[in-house]
Amino acid sequence: MTSEEKILELLQEVKDPEIPVLSVVDMGIISGIQTSDSATEIKMTPTFVGCPAIDMMKNQISEKLIQNGYENVTVLVDFETQWTSDKMSAEAKLKLEKFGIAPPTEINGEISEEMLNRARCPHCGSTDTTLRSPFGSTLCRAIRFCFSCKQGFEQFKPI
Amino acid sequence: MSATKELLFKMADDALIIGHRNSEWTGIGPVLEEDLAFSSMAQDKIGHASALYNLLHEHFGEADADSLGFKRTEKDFKCCHLVELPIGEYDFSLVRHFLFDHAELLRYEMLVNSSFAPLASLAKKVKGEIKYHVMHADTWIRQLANGNEESKARVQSSLNYTWPFALGIFETTSNEDALINEKVFEGEAALKKMWLERISSIISSAGLTVPSVADESVAYGGRKGFHTEYLQPMLAEMTEVTSIDTEAEW
Repeated sequence: MTSEEKILELLQEVKDPEIPVLSVVDMGIISGIQTSDSATEIKMTPTFVGCPAIDMMKNQISEKLIQNGYENVTVLVDFETQWTSDKMSAEAKLKLEKFGIAPPTEINGEISEEMLNRARCPHCGSTDTTLRSPFGSTLCRAIRFCFSCKQGFEQFKPI
Repeated sequence: MSATKELLFKMADDALIIGHRNSEWTGIGPVLEEDLAFSSMAQDKIGHASALYNLLHEHFGEADADSLGFKRTEKDFKCCHLVELPIGEYDFSLVRHFLFDHAELLRYEMLVNSSFAPLASLAKKVKGEIKYHVMHADTWIRQLANGNEESKARVQSSLNYTWPFALGIFETTSNEDALINEKVFEGEAALKKMWLERISSIISSAGLTVPSVADESVAYGGRKGFHTEYLQPMLAEMTEVTSIDTEAEW
């Protein structure tokens, strides 16, 4: 296992505080790892610029590495690499759906209303759903309604 | 003040002030979804403001984001008058959001090509978020324009009232030529032209009338530090807690 893989394995234990079934690695927000015997630098790129969970995740990443013997750990947040929901792994999308949140639909080119409308209900699997509001309980979620099971549900926004 | 620095200040200040105004709908939105929408947009905008202030801090030696947002005086702010106005009735807030966010989206789309690389990177990220703001605004403008007589009349009357303030977004300063020549930004005139085309087509297709005003009625001044009577009280309120103990650690 390379030193980078070891770190990624450790970071699997750091969860997104807003979606506790997904780790920062599943989310695809780790954009760079540099490590040597004396220092480790992690780069992360937030899902949303104003995401209130950034500082919390930053601290948890740093604590996790320090607990495991890494020294001089720094975690940098930057926008050099932009996060998009396409960076989320297939496995992560499955976990998200099981958790009750419709995963983001794949972005082909630009975000459009049509693309948002391809969401599948995480409760009954129907695709007969509609957008109620592009804003939900957190910045990354939209509110949808399923005509088939007549229930509201949340979708992770494609971004 | 350098041209790039001034551009960052006006964008950050617009985002902070409209963000604060949007947050005033938290808890009192006309329906739950709108309460959530305005609260979420507030959070996005304040995030954008913070990222822009960070660029000022990291690349131009300015103070940190919190100090820039909360410790400057009214005169130092470069926001346009549109964002300063109180939230008023929901139709006004909605129309302001519609006019402002279309300009924001176009601005960030243009800035993707900025010669100032950190701003270009941020713009690539932010434009995706603003897209949702615009989608939200368009949906409601169309819905209310096609609702009943009252909803249509209220949207039209808010458009008429807000128009001269919205045109104030595109106020230029003596730095404009430098911005364009240095390829930092294509300029306010280019942005305004695209905005007018985009906005007019939506307004007309919704069955509403595009307002027209004489240039002397446009709300200019904000970019040069001259503000409406509403900004100072808002800044005082926004910093009320930090002002009690300026040395406190958060």
